[in-house]
Amino acid sequence: MAVETAPTTSKGQRTLKIHVTINGAPHDVDVEARTLLVHFLRENLGMTGTHIGCDTTNCGACTVLLNGRAVKSCTVFAVQADQGTVATVEGLEKDGKLHPIQEGFHQEHGLQCGFCTPGMMMTAVALLEKNKQPTELEIREAISGNLCRCTGYVNIVKSIDHAARVMRETAEGKA
Amino acid sequence: MIPASFEYAVARDVAHAIELLTSSGGEGKVLAGGQSLIPLMKFRLAQPAFLVDINRISGLAQIRENGDLRIGALVREADLDMNPIVRERYQILVDTTRVIADPLVRNMATVGGNLAHADPANDHPATMLALRASVVARGPTGERLIPIDEFFVDTFTTVLGPNEILTEIRIPKPPARSGGAYLKLERKVGDFAIAGVAVMLALDEKGKVGAVGIGVTNAGPTAIRARKAEEILRGQATDDKTIAAAAAAAAGESKPWSDLRGPAEYKLDVIRVLTQRAIRKAVARATGGK
Repeated sequence: MAVETAPTTSKGQRTLKIHVTINGAPHDVDVEARTLLVHFLRENLGMTGTHIGCDTTNCGACTVLLNGRAVKSCTVFAVQADQGTVATVEGLEKDGKLHPIQEGFHQEHGLQCGFCTPGMMMTAVALLEKNKQPTELEIREAISGNLCRCTGYVNIVKSIDHAARVMRETAEGKA
Repeated sequence: MIPASFEYAVARDVAHAIELLTSSGGEGKVLAGGQSLIPLMKFRLAQPAFLVDINRISGLAQIRENGDLRIGALVREADLDMNPIVRERYQILVDTTRVIADPLVRNMATVGGNLAHADPANDHPATMLALRASVVARGPTGERLIPIDEFFVDTFTTVLGPNEILTEIRIPKPPARSGGAYLKLERKVGDFAIAGVAVMLALDEKGKVGAVGIGVTNAGPTAIRARKAEEILRGQATDDKTIAAAAAAAAGESKPWSDLRGPAEYKLDVIRVLTQRAIRKAVARATGGK
């Protein structure tokens, strides 16, 4: 981390410049220190794939990956992402091809209203990064900070399991 | 919800953080994991004029054994959970961290913050009371070691000065034949405890209780240590009658309040039952079980 260049505000100064790599693309943006990461994404950058649900650190609809870890972006300041990387749902699809987790939600009917889906998928991506073959219990534990009020979770668990299987098969095919 | 405006600075190291806090004249607040502070700021229950971000200080996120166990203040709950030393020898810490908030919050939330925030609903305070831990605090005049019994003053208040920073938690090496457990009853993942009980104990060669610590979550303005319950156990065999007496004493020392998580009478009984179960689990672990 480039601490020497890290941002500091002082009296009278309203914004500070941060450098963040989002879904692989660099961004240099002026933000207020109090700007939450989710507002930075949605309002400063117009990336509305990340949702605001409860806005109180409960529901997980705003989940993004910050330096590879799934976090609730309503409970992180954008300045904390300075010099770091953020991954959002917009970065999952590549060149018109859906990410296996998106395929999984499609195939297994993992959403109804879809509001929780971006957060669910980002949490799942982080899980599958660490654990290639999660058990049902491990999947349920991993998404225990993401609330869904439609599905009863059954198809979400199936969707994540589907993605895990596809990702394993792809990895084996390449090996 | 958007927090009120504040000034913000990233601390390079602990000395710099102390300097920044000192310069703020008591208006500064430390930003670690932020998982309690940021929600409070969004509700405008906290409106610090100045935030000192300590997240980029290197060396504060280590876990090492040096006789005792030393947990850096910036260790994230998720990392405490996955640490091989903790997993092998400090099962009570694994119990505790795994029931804090939810996995996403645990990716940010820090052990130091869980203590320094001094919310009686937080889970580490009771566990650290049971473990007889100490915290290391650094301020402008140097470092001091604070026994956990002296650390919590009141709800959201510790003995830390306005320009002091909690840098490390130290947990004594567990003696032979010792075991611990933390049990929490919560309505759902992510909720604070209806009640939580931490028990750490060591058994002598005859199976009698030697050192013992019991902490209770959400049983007063701070986490409390159930001293009478400890006294009942000390020197005794862990038979049903002794365990029942200790559990009743732990409930007797607790002062929970009625709220949306249940009436106080109910919580007292939850504390009694959890204490019994936590003692049994600690004994099982002390004797090689799970």
